[in-house]
Amino acid sequence: MPSGATLDIQQQGEILSFVLKGRLDSESTGSVWRQAFRALEGAPGRLRTIDAAGIDYCDGAGIGLLVELRRRGGPEVEIRGLAGKFRPLLDLFPPVPPEPIHGKPQKPSLPEEVGRATMAVLRDLGRQVTFIGELISALGAAVLRPGSIRWSDAFRVAEEAGVNALPIISLMGFLIGLILAFQSASQLKIMGAEVFVADLVAVSVVRELGPLMTAILLAGRSGAAFAAEIGTMKVNEEVDALTTMGLAPVRFLVVPRVLAGLLMGPLLTLYFDLVALVGGAVVVTSFGHGLVVYALHVQNALTVTMFVSGMLKTVAFGLIIASVGCQRGLQTGTGAVAVGLSTTRSVVAGILLTILMDGLFASVYFALGI
Amino acid sequence: MGEPIIRVENFTAAYDDHLIIDDISFEVLPGEVFVILGGSGCGKSTLLKHMIGLYPPARGRILIEGRDMATAAGEDRLAILKRIGVMYQMGALFGSMTLLENVRLPLEEYTDLPDDALDAIGRMKLHLVGLKGFENHMPSEISGGMKKRAAIARAMALDPRILFLDEPSAGLDPITSAELDQLILRLARGLGITFVVVTHELPSIDAIADRVIMLDKRVKKIVATGKPAELKQTSTNPWVRQFFNRQAESA
Repeated sequence: MPSGATLDIQQQGEILSFVLKGRLDSESTGSVWRQAFRALEGAPGRLRTIDAAGIDYCDGAGIGLLVELRRRGGPEVEIRGLAGKFRPLLDLFPPVPPEPIHGKPQKPSLPEEVGRATMAVLRDLGRQVTFIGELISALGAAVLRPGSIRWSDAFRVAEEAGVNALPIISLMGFLIGLILAFQSASQLKIMGAEVFVADLVAVSVVRELGPLMTAILLAGRSGAAFAAEIGTMKVNEEVDALTTMGLAPVRFLVVPRVLAGLLMGPLLTLYFDLVALVGGAVVVTSFGHGLVVYALHVQNALTVTMFVSGMLKTVAFGLIIASVGCQRGLQTGTGAVAVGLSTTRSVVAGILLTILMDGLFASVYFALGI
Repeated sequence: MGEPIIRVENFTAAYDDHLIIDDISFEVLPGEVFVILGGSGCGKSTLLKHMIGLYPPARGRILIEGRDMATAAGEDRLAILKRIGVMYQMGALFGSMTLLENVRLPLEEYTDLPDDALDAIGRMKLHLVGLKGFENHMPSEISGGMKKRAAIARAMALDPRILFLDEPSAGLDPITSAELDQLILRLARGLGITFVVVTHELPSIDAIADRVIMLDKRVKKIVATGKPAELKQTSTNPWVRQFFNRQAESA
């Protein structure tokens, strides 16, 4: 195929003329376009005529070139000889500078931007407070009337968030127990105290690592899933449909998930603790101590208060992660991007709030001397 | 026909500071098929979402059977919601439930019917919209037109007096679209349900509309009210005539 379009530039004194020939389509117009505008910038003269008689095909790109040239050159530019079939396309664009695009937001001034951002934060805060209030009242109503809870949904979610998370929890718990034991053993060995690895693993896993690691896993796995699921329902107008059926989305979608989170947080943590202790046992027995010694040390190190304080935390973590996930889902805007955004936010906010809450628990426990 | 079933009084809609509909009033009579018309972006869907109470009006009020959705709360609001049904543009069927479960859901929540009665009524509604045999299909397994019909069945679960349909024929082929129109007419004439339909499909309007209002995004108001046949011939508004004659806007 012959190379599409050619541009011939003729200059007579102050007057410039362009002669365009060939096929002006989206593939060939680019080089001609650059050539033409270079000529206009470099030459002293003014563009007066464009000879278009040689154009045998012209699509939107070609018309764009003609319109732009005419606009740049001003009203005296004349386009000659353009074939009749292309004329109507060109006539759609009057040879005047384009109007500023209507409704395009002007860049706001700094104070306005700060004000808008502040209002957005306040509105978001207001929505959070509303959500927390709705959730508390819905949970209260659910406790008063357990029959109104959609148990089938709650069990489905609990299965997905709990039972299906067991493999990954097993792997993580076992490895954390193993790693923790190895790392501490290498230090304790110096003092010949490697049997105390058992105490260290037991206390750190039950008090801190078990609840925290499980919570992070729950946020990444299930908090994100809640946000994405509810967010997609929001985008598909399913949440609107619930609302117009008079079924409160909080009761219908959030309560089952929060209940599942409340239940699965402690259960998964308990399981994590057990598997981590198994991991620790593997290391300790490999140093030549018997399983009985390990078990005795674990038993001595742990107290009921320790266990309960760890479990209490996980209840709070489960509640936070499930409700943040649902809340972000319900606040999803429109479109697929919004679902992605909600999911990201749910994980970030879930983990952040979990760690903040963990700090709060740590200081309270410290003050109480637990 | 008696008292209007829906009254929209001096209604204004705005998102933040962006005005969408500016001070409009109209009434819908019981049993009629009332169509809201207009070009893209003129606020048809916005008007519908306000009428079904998803958003409160910026100004003015919307009364359904004499009751205001924006101020009603709790049981009052529920009482209004049970009198209306909504079909959303894409159907908005719950993706995790079968068609029958979708239709059963409002019944389960609001009645104390036994399980087999729920099934029977759910099946009946699906049969009514021509979806017999698809009870146990998931929404992802059926076509767009079927989703819309299933959504109508779900909207009708509690036998509402008013059905709101958002673009029932959008994205459907002409035959499916005509079937849907027949269904709407059958339900309106046979069961006396009032329909409020948002659409811009001319054949649909000709087939079903008793009365239409037409919104125009430039003035943000109603530019025409009446029977479609009359509007087509007698309207003095050039934009209305263009719309009905499918003409492009001349410069």
